[in-house]
Amino acid sequence: MTTSPHPETLVDRVAARTPLRVARRIRGLSDRSIAWLFIAPSIVLLLAINIFPLLWAIRLSFTNYKSNLPNAPLRFVGFANYVDILTDEDVWQGMQVTAHFVIWSIALQVIIGFGLALLINRQFRTHSFWTTVILLPMMLSPAVVGNFWTLLFQPQIGLFNYVVSFFTGIPPSSFEMIGDVRLAPWTIVLVDTWMWTPYVMLICLAGLRSIPDYIYEAAEVDRASPWRQFWSITLPMVLPFLMLAVLFRAIEAFKMFDMVNLLTSGGPGSTTELASITLKREAFEKWRTGYSSAFAIILFVTVFGAANIYVKALNRVKQR
Amino acid sequence: MNATSAAHSVVVSSPLVKALAGTVVILYALITIVPLLWIGATAFKTQSDAIAYPPKVLFEPTLEGYVDLFTVRSRQTPEFIASLPPPTTWYDKLVRAQNMVIAGPSKAVPRFVNSLVIGFGSTFLAVFLGTLAAYGFSRFKVPLADDLLFFILSTRMFPPIAVAIPIFLMYRELGLTDTHIGMILLYTAVNVSLAVWLLKGFMDEIPREYEEAALVDGYTRLQAFRKVVLPQAATGIAATAIFCLIFSWNEYAFALLLTSGDAQTMPPFIPFIIGEGGQDWPAVAAATTLFLIPIVFFTVVLRKQLLRGITFGAVRK
Repeated sequence: MTTSPHPETLVDRVAARTPLRVARRIRGLSDRSIAWLFIAPSIVLLLAINIFPLLWAIRLSFTNYKSNLPNAPLRFVGFANYVDILTDEDVWQGMQVTAHFVIWSIALQVIIGFGLALLINRQFRTHSFWTTVILLPMMLSPAVVGNFWTLLFQPQIGLFNYVVSFFTGIPPSSFEMIGDVRLAPWTIVLVDTWMWTPYVMLICLAGLRSIPDYIYEAAEVDRASPWRQFWSITLPMVLPFLMLAVLFRAIEAFKMFDMVNLLTSGGPGSTTELASITLKREAFEKWRTGYSSAFAIILFVTVFGAANIYVKALNRVKQR
Repeated sequence: MNATSAAHSVVVSSPLVKALAGTVVILYALITIVPLLWIGATAFKTQSDAIAYPPKVLFEPTLEGYVDLFTVRSRQTPEFIASLPPPTTWYDKLVRAQNMVIAGPSKAVPRFVNSLVIGFGSTFLAVFLGTLAAYGFSRFKVPLADDLLFFILSTRMFPPIAVAIPIFLMYRELGLTDTHIGMILLYTAVNVSLAVWLLKGFMDEIPREYEEAALVDGYTRLQAFRKVVLPQAATGIAATAIFCLIFSWNEYAFALLLTSGDAQTMPPFIPFIIGEGGQDWPAVAAATTLFLIPIVFFTVVLRKQLLRGITFGAVRK
C-alpha cells in the first residue's frame, strides 16, 4: 500500500505533484474556498455512504422488495409495512425486550460506575494502575468477547456457573444463563454492564475532578455534613457528565447487536431479541427488505427523536 | 458502599478512607479481569482441559490451541501416523500426538491480514479527511457549521444493521460486496464522524496566534496549516488514529453482513473456529488473545486521551 500514516507527507506529495498552474490557483484561494475544499470531502463521503443509502431505504420501505429476489416485480405498498410493524404484537414484545436491556444495563452501569468513580477519586495509592485495568473491557470487541462469554456461561463446564455455585451452593448445572427464558434477559444485561461500567466510571471521574476543591472547603467551613455535601455539591456538579454518559450509553445500547448476537442470538425463544437482532433476521434471513427498511426507519426516528429531546434537557441542566 | 462515606468530607481523604476505597476498587478490578485472564489461560489448554469440570485453574500449558488456530488438521489412524516419516517440526509433533496430521494452513492469517489492511486503510482515510474537515470547522466561519457538525455526528446514531440493509444492496450493484475497498470506504464513513469531532477539539486548543504569525511572515494558509497546525496537532491526530483503528478492528455487524470470505475480518471469523464437535475453545481463545493484545496495549498508551475518544471530544481533560 502506498498509504502513509502521516497525512503531512501525503499533503507534501500531493503538493509536489500538483501542476504549477493549479497550485498557483490553490495558493490564491480565499479562506472561504479553503474551508469548503477541506470540509467537502468528508460531507460527500457521508452523503454517499450514509445519507444516500438512508434515502434508498426510505424508498424501499414503501415497497414489497425482497433482496433475494431482485428481479421480482416491485410493488409500492404505501404505508403497509409501517402499519404492519406498529400493529404487530411481536414487535412491541421486542421493544419491551430492548427497553428492559437498555434501562437495566444503564441503571446498573450508572450506579456501579458512579460508585467506582467516587472511590477512585479518593486517590489511593496505585489508583491509576487499577483504573486502567478496570477500563480494559470497554475497549475490546464486544463480538469477540461476547463469543467467549458463551464458554463462561456453560452450565457444566463454565467458570461463571462454577463460581456462582461455589459461593451459593447451588449446583452449577442447575441453571443456564443463556438457555433459560428467565435468566437470559439478565445475562445480556450482566455482560453489557461488565463491558460498559468503566465507560460511565471514566466520565463520572472527569466530572468529579472538575469540581474545584474550594467549594468543599467552603462547605466544610459552613459545617455541611458529608451527606449534604454529596447531594448539594457532588451530585449536581457531576450530573451533566452523568447525563452525557447516559446519552452515549443509551444510543449504543439501543443499537446493540454484536455482543447479544453472539451470546444468545436473540434466544431462547425471542426473550433476548433486541431490535437490531429482529432487524437482522427480517433483512438478512427472511430477506424482507421493504419491511425491514421500514423497521430501520422507525428505529432511527426513535433514537434520533429521543436523543434530540434528551440533548435539550442536558443543555438545560448544564446552564443551571 | 454508601454515598455518605464516599462523598468528600474534606478535600484530602484520611488514610483509612483511602484504604477502604482502594480495597473495593481493587476487588472490582480483579473480578472484572477474570474473564480476560480466563481467555488467556484457555488458549494454553488442551481441548479436554478447556471444557473440564470443574473448570481447571491449574493445568499443564500447551501450544495446541495456537497450532489449531493456524492449521487445518485431519484425523488419521495410529497405523497411518506410524507409517509417516518422523515429524520435522514441534507443531507436527504436537498434532500427531493427537492422532492427526496437518493438512494445511487455516484461514486465520488471511483474516488477520484483512483486519490489518481494512483497519489501517480506513483509519488513514478517515484521519486524512477528518483532519482537513476539522481544520475547516475550527478555523473558518462555515455557514451552518453547527448543523453540519450535528449532521456528521448523527450518522453515528444509525443502528449498524439499519445502515447495512441499503449498503448491502448498493454494494451488490457496485460489486463492492466482500471487497477490501468496500469495507474500507464503509469504515471510513463511520470513523470520519469521530475523527472530525475529536480533531476539531484538538485544533480548537491550538492558539490561532501561531498561524497568524506564520501568515504575517508570508506563509499562505495552506503552508501555515501544513507547517504550523499539523505539527501542533500531531498528538491529537495520533490519538484519533488509534481510536479509528480500534473501531475498525473491533467492528462486527458490517463485517458479518457484508463480507463472507475474501475481505472477512477477525471478529466474524473467530466464533467459527470449530473443531470436532463444536467450537475449538483453545483455538478460539488463542485467536481472541492475539486479537485483544494490540487493543490492551493501545488502551494503556492512550490512557490520557481515552475520555476524549469515547465521548467524541465532548469531555476533555
